[in-house]
Amino acid sequence: MAQDVIVHIQRKDSPDGATYRQTFHVPYEDGMNITTVLQRISAQPVTDEGEHTAPVAYDACCLEEVCGACTMVINGHVRQACSALVDNLLKEQPEITLEPMTKFPVVRDLLVDRSRLFNALKRSKAWVSVDGYWDRGSGPLMAPRDQEEAYPLSRCMSCGCCLEACPQYNDKEDFIGPHAVSQIVLYNTVPAGQSIAPERLDVLAGPGGIAACGNAQNCVKVCPKEIPLTTSIAKAGRAATGHAIRRWFRR
Amino acid sequence: MAEQRVVVVGGGLAGLACAMNLAAEEVPVDLVSLVPVKRSHSVCAQGGINSVNDVTRQQGDTEWKHFDDTVYGGDFLQHQPPVKEMCDWAPKIIDLLDRLGVTFNRSPEGYRDQRRFGGTLYKRTAFAGATTGQQLLYALDDQVRHWEAEGRITKYEYHDFLGPVLDDNGVCRGAVVQNLFTMEIRALPASAVVLGTGGNGLVFGRSTMSTICTGSAAARAFRAGVKYGNGEFMQVHPTAIPGTDKLRLMSESARGEGGRVWVPKKAQDPRDPRDIPASERYYFLEERYPTYGNLVPRDIATREIFDVCVNMGLSVEKERLCVFLDVTELPPETLHKLDGILEIYEKFQGMNPRVTPMKIFPAIHYSMGGMWTDYAKDEKTGGLIAGDPRNQHTNVPGIYAIGEADYHYHGGNRLGANSLLSCIFSGLLVAPCVTNYAKTVKGAAPAKLLEDAAKAEKKRGDDFAKSSGQENPRQIHAELGDIMTRNVTVVRYNKALEETLAKIDELEDRFGRIGCPDGGNWTNQTVTFIRALADMIMMARVITRGALQRDECRGAHFKPDFQIPAPKSDDPAELHQQAEEWCRAFQERNDKWLKSTVVEYNQGDLIFTYEDVDTSLIPPRPRTYGLKGAEIIEKVWKEMQRQRGVQPAAV
Repeated sequence: MAQDVIVHIQRKDSPDGATYRQTFHVPYEDGMNITTVLQRISAQPVTDEGEHTAPVAYDACCLEEVCGACTMVINGHVRQACSALVDNLLKEQPEITLEPMTKFPVVRDLLVDRSRLFNALKRSKAWVSVDGYWDRGSGPLMAPRDQEEAYPLSRCMSCGCCLEACPQYNDKEDFIGPHAVSQIVLYNTVPAGQSIAPERLDVLAGPGGIAACGNAQNCVKVCPKEIPLTTSIAKAGRAATGHAIRRWFRR
Repeated sequence: MAEQRVVVVGGGLAGLACAMNLAAEEVPVDLVSLVPVKRSHSVCAQGGINSVNDVTRQQGDTEWKHFDDTVYGGDFLQHQPPVKEMCDWAPKIIDLLDRLGVTFNRSPEGYRDQRRFGGTLYKRTAFAGATTGQQLLYALDDQVRHWEAEGRITKYEYHDFLGPVLDDNGVCRGAVVQNLFTMEIRALPASAVVLGTGGNGLVFGRSTMSTICTGSAAARAFRAGVKYGNGEFMQVHPTAIPGTDKLRLMSESARGEGGRVWVPKKAQDPRDPRDIPASERYYFLEERYPTYGNLVPRDIATREIFDVCVNMGLSVEKERLCVFLDVTELPPETLHKLDGILEIYEKFQGMNPRVTPMKIFPAIHYSMGGMWTDYAKDEKTGGLIAGDPRNQHTNVPGIYAIGEADYHYHGGNRLGANSLLSCIFSGLLVAPCVTNYAKTVKGAAPAKLLEDAAKAEKKRGDDFAKSSGQENPRQIHAELGDIMTRNVTVVRYNKALEETLAKIDELEDRFGRIGCPDGGNWTNQTVTFIRALADMIMMARVITRGALQRDECRGAHFKPDFQIPAPKSDDPAELHQQAEEWCRAFQERNDKWLKSTVVEYNQGDLIFTYEDVDTSLIPPRPRTYGLKGAEIIEKVWKEMQRQRGVQPAAV
């Protein structure tokens, strides 16, 4: 197959600019992915109408689906551009569409600002609170079954797919999002994270916490790392409820 | 001292370790990164992190042996005190990571599990599945987020470091940075600037490195006067998956867990690899290196794969050079530990490596060289003096370099699972050193100095945006990557290196006539790329000239024309004689070339000098790794050393 790949891209020059679409024809290469397509457009930014245009702005970094940078909406599905292989996409539909994620402000073209995602991690206290970084011996032992439970959660790359798919993650609600819920569950699972576990439960039980989840279960379906997000949400729900009751009794 | 403030550039393991350690000591930090720090290239590290541990210790392992493996693996081209200090810290660093909540794999009783890695015979490597770098980075990222919430760290993500700000005395007083969304340029005042900005694989076009690994930050410091060491030492990882945009890493842990490298004995055997019986497979690493087998150091594995494919013509495919990396015989519980990398192969190649052997080939992977940095040797321990401002300090006062961006620790070749260690170690180590240095810096940085530095960079960027020549910056980069990959990777010939330098001249000339297809001043990724391209062209020259001038073979730097001919006579007496000659040649080679390349930038010229290496703790020795047929070299070398030993006055 030596035909061109036809790609429709949703563009926007700046946050307050107008949204418009352009179509590009990119020579097909064996094994190419969407990042390669975008690289080729950067090298020859000419539309199908022969118009010389500015290169398409996009995010990319590791190109092996571990950094989470290149997340965008491809053929209507949120995913990473690097692992979106053109051969597979063409089996879905003859022409490819690329759009930015809709849950975050567009900076330019396909590049969005995911600060809110990281701020949620800050709110969640998803860290171990340590004395400092001097040598104090090893951490606590951890049963292999606990590690097996925690490890998948620790592979969350903050890509934002789950947030794009979540109906409760929007401008109106203050939901921290499934990714943050899962990080709380992670740090409340690993032995080293126990010392501030109640503080994290406060976040879960508080505004924008677990109560904001509408249980649509979209998040788990789109997670590229197949993180059991709904399992995390269920655990978080139980833990937050128990925590709230205990807190109420202690008053 | 009141206004102490440190700029850390780079949000990978080194930068984050440094930033969090400074924050813990209540030093305010501005953390600058091209990407959200959680997306830094450290996430790509897969296999694990080395240290002597409770189990290996009982098998005879020590910090000293880890140190010895590291300098032997590096072909003795690293100053030994920093390496010794790193290996001494290693078990404590793993303990710290454990305390930070890293989900290391566990033994049935709940202790940390370990796997074997290349260049050692001990199971030293702690790991979290096959995504260890990612897990370590996230643990440090979460620490830094904590300090950010406490107000001790201010992040400047999506910011490009454009260069240091030096005062009239040549002292660093700040850093010029650019917001990559708004394109706004400003100078951050700083008592010191720490660069943990990674390697420069993008100079070779495609590599295992992330798109941000252009080496531009180091190049910008270099242009401002920071010396650069051992640039020609680039690690070529033996096992990567070829791709159109990137050569994706297939971790050494695949072999650490028992994966085997082979080719069919019959060239381009058309059968399904699973139908080829063991007797018709050439397990060349196991046959050539019976002791280390598939876990010889990376430079050696890479050369052997190259030899089998190119010289023997045994590549699995004719059009595309590759060999098999086979994990199909491993039990399911072992494969489970490798899920992270096997998924990558599956996703990008569409084949299940648990069933079908993977096809892999070497790719540029790591910069052993980097910014020249000093160290303060502790004469009593042979290691470093804690907190001494000289540690990790470049030659420019106030600029520090850490992690892959400095030239320490790995010499001519890095051992697998030592990079996560060196990054975190140097990041932690440097923090008190920087603090002690910063105490000596008097007064605030002059506002005018900062303003002028920002203005100069703004003009440079505006000029790039306005450039309207015919040359395409992406095309120039593609051509640079092609020739660097062809001539300056596994095997190097002087004629080809000279051609490469001529091509670099040409590309630099064409760079002067580039056109920018985007004249705007908002999220202009082309301008950012053009800036980095100028840096890559310069670093290509540093790498290539260093390689051209170094007429020897050492670690990853391999010149067939300067190999010492191996002893191979069938007559024992003659063989012994040849081995003696070999050892004498080896000694002469070391006398001449056991030196770090140090390059300085002087108004467009590159000034090369050669620096003696501190090998005071472990004397250099031939690096054979038990190669079949090389036993005689080991034997004769030991004899000669003994003879030298009885004549101490002669030394």
